[in-house]
Amino acid sequence: MKFKSIAIALALTVSTPAIADLTFPNLTYRTGAFAVSGIPYADGFADYMTLLNERDGGIGGEKVNYIECETQYKVEKGVECYENTKGEGSLVYQPMSTGITYALIPKATSDGIPILSMGYGRTSAANGKVFSHIFNYPANYWVGASVVVKHMLDENGGNIKGKKLALVHLDAAYGREPIPTLEALAKKHGFELTTIPVAYGAEQKSQWLQIRREKHDYVTMWGWGVMNPSAIQEAANIRFPMDKFIGIWWSGSEGDVLPAGDAANGYKSLALHNTGNDFPIYADLKKHVYDKGLASGAGDQSGTVLYNRGIYSAMLVTEAARQAQKKTGKSKISPADMRDAMEAFSIDEARMTALGLPNFAPSFSVSCENHGGNGIAAIQQWDATAKTWKMVTDFIEADMDVISPLIAADSAAYAAENKIKERCG
Amino acid sequence: MPAEFYYGVEVFLNGLMAGVMYSLVALGFVLIFKASGIFNYAQGVMALFAAMTLVGFQNGQIPFAHLINAALGTEVHHFGWTLPAFVAIIMTLGVMLIFAFLVEKFVLKHLVNQEPIILFMATIGLAYFMEGFGDLMWNSDVKRLDVGIPKGGNIWVEESTAFLGGEDFYGFYLDSLDISAALIAAVLVGALVAFSQYTKTGRALRAVADDHQAALSVGISLRTIWVIVWAIAGFVALIAGIMWGSKSGVQFSLSLIALKALPVLILGGFTSIPGAIIGGFIIGVGEKMFEFLIGVPFLGGATENWFAYVLAMVFLVFRPQGLFGEKIIERV
Repeated sequence: MKFKSIAIALALTVSTPAIADLTFPNLTYRTGAFAVSGIPYADGFADYMTLLNERDGGIGGEKVNYIECETQYKVEKGVECYENTKGEGSLVYQPMSTGITYALIPKATSDGIPILSMGYGRTSAANGKVFSHIFNYPANYWVGASVVVKHMLDENGGNIKGKKLALVHLDAAYGREPIPTLEALAKKHGFELTTIPVAYGAEQKSQWLQIRREKHDYVTMWGWGVMNPSAIQEAANIRFPMDKFIGIWWSGSEGDVLPAGDAANGYKSLALHNTGNDFPIYADLKKHVYDKGLASGAGDQSGTVLYNRGIYSAMLVTEAARQAQKKTGKSKISPADMRDAMEAFSIDEARMTALGLPNFAPSFSVSCENHGGNGIAAIQQWDATAKTWKMVTDFIEADMDVISPLIAADSAAYAAENKIKERCG
Repeated sequence: MPAEFYYGVEVFLNGLMAGVMYSLVALGFVLIFKASGIFNYAQGVMALFAAMTLVGFQNGQIPFAHLINAALGTEVHHFGWTLPAFVAIIMTLGVMLIFAFLVEKFVLKHLVNQEPIILFMATIGLAYFMEGFGDLMWNSDVKRLDVGIPKGGNIWVEESTAFLGGEDFYGFYLDSLDISAALIAAVLVGALVAFSQYTKTGRALRAVADDHQAALSVGISLRTIWVIVWAIAGFVALIAGIMWGSKSGVQFSLSLIALKALPVLILGGFTSIPGAIIGGFIIGVGEKMFEFLIGVPFLGGATENWFAYVLAMVFLVFRPQGLFGEKIIERV
């Protein structure tokens, strides 16, 4: 009987037409091979939207209409989700997949709907002069690569000449993204770079035997899914020093380190934001979301790295919507208003403190030319005993002297290929 | 001898070990195919489900907790106790036995005398069902699996061989988990061979494998045999799940290990238990040596995925039934 009631309630929820005015779709993957990463992110995103509706009555007097669409991390399903939801007044898309982002860049640009690919997607989309509707703030893969090298420099008194760095990466577009930056940085600082692709994530014996043979000083990883815990386990197996192993922010969640147990202690990863649930916003979430039984999913992801990323991602787009309302003087904004606001977006510590997220993420601003933010990231480290991540550095600025020309070159090639005239004139 | 030679030997040995891990998955396919002619697409998911169940029992997880909580408004997740690995393994075997019984009752029984492709399609459906059912029962978090099998580079092997290659050579690297897997696989194959050769049920199983109709005519119950075969395949899936789950945690991707078993099966033959082992060795050593000698120096690496399939394809051209498979002759 209970199940019947739930089924009816569910059917009603699905079939009831949306009456809210600010629509935020979220392309999620709660099923499939990457569900383990997709679920906490989706839960954090959804819970933040629910909080805004429950606590504040929405944004600027307008209720938030949050739409979730399941992609299973597959490009074709992501495009389908986009096509099915864009007609609902969607203000901004967050594809949560580099592949889907690539597929949506021309579509969203032509439809006039902005995309925020936070910490993933096409790195050169940071050039707003070419990519009018694509934003990848607060940091991109090239920023990540540069911050890894800066961390190496910090640990070695500013001199890494002759050091050996291995990039262990998924053999896919995402995994290959940092290679140009690391090559340029290797030339600049005189370190030796070896790129080691991984074809099948769960079996990395060859790759780690190579690292053992070639005696690398540092390893950085661009991994996803099962590749991350497998790599951490293999690194521990060959007794590679964990504090010299630094993953990208997509290789730094609880699910990546827990399977290796104590062996993962000391492993580092880049971080876009702070971790844990020691932030005032969690009191609000408890009062207005969890205690009312409105938590998304099973309600058991609170405080995890990817749950916090979902919160951060939701906060960045809803704050942009708030700034759009302020700028236009109207509460019901359009995707075009949203895009304009994203292009003039800025957030500082005072605002994040007011939102219940003090010391959570860096302040940054966006401009017509720069859709990538200030290019900063921090390093976090895993404590296997306490089972927590801890930030071990401040937010570090990337070497934009190296990155900016690479972004300019790649985006110029895209512009030439697609006959795009540069803007921001 | 130069260090490079010893590195080659090290890669060869690790290839053998990787081959054992592939063989563990391939064995489950062989058992079911041999006895019923079904290519069981769900074998990888069975390994995942078995490993999830084992971890769930070990950690005292309440099955279907999310469903219970959603329906009753409760907040239950764990019983509050943990179980020793041995007890949890026995309980998981019980679940796999029930699973075999249910598969026979709800799927196979209704598909007797159907074309192999129909049975294959049924196992695809079964795989999708089990994927969702496993998540619903034990949730989709990454789970740590620890049944006490040692992990990490074997220090004894390393230290005893370090003198071979001079200063640049640390000694041979062999993962203790892989060594355990090799021992377990040897015991498993021995037990399976002994079971099929020397027990009445084992002989009945071979009779069914040889000829369904003839076996039926002498009073062997096909349905009972199918339950036994699926239960044994479930047991093999549990072993594969434990070994692979200990490597990289128990999560959805564990079900994809089936993809690594396919080239092994093509090489070794779908009906031969020793073939699954030899096929695993060839694939493991072949892909690791190719990566070491050609992949990394000349092709930029990451050749392991396609190399296994290319090797399998070459075998298909010259020996479609695999090394030890039975040649199928169909008369018109």
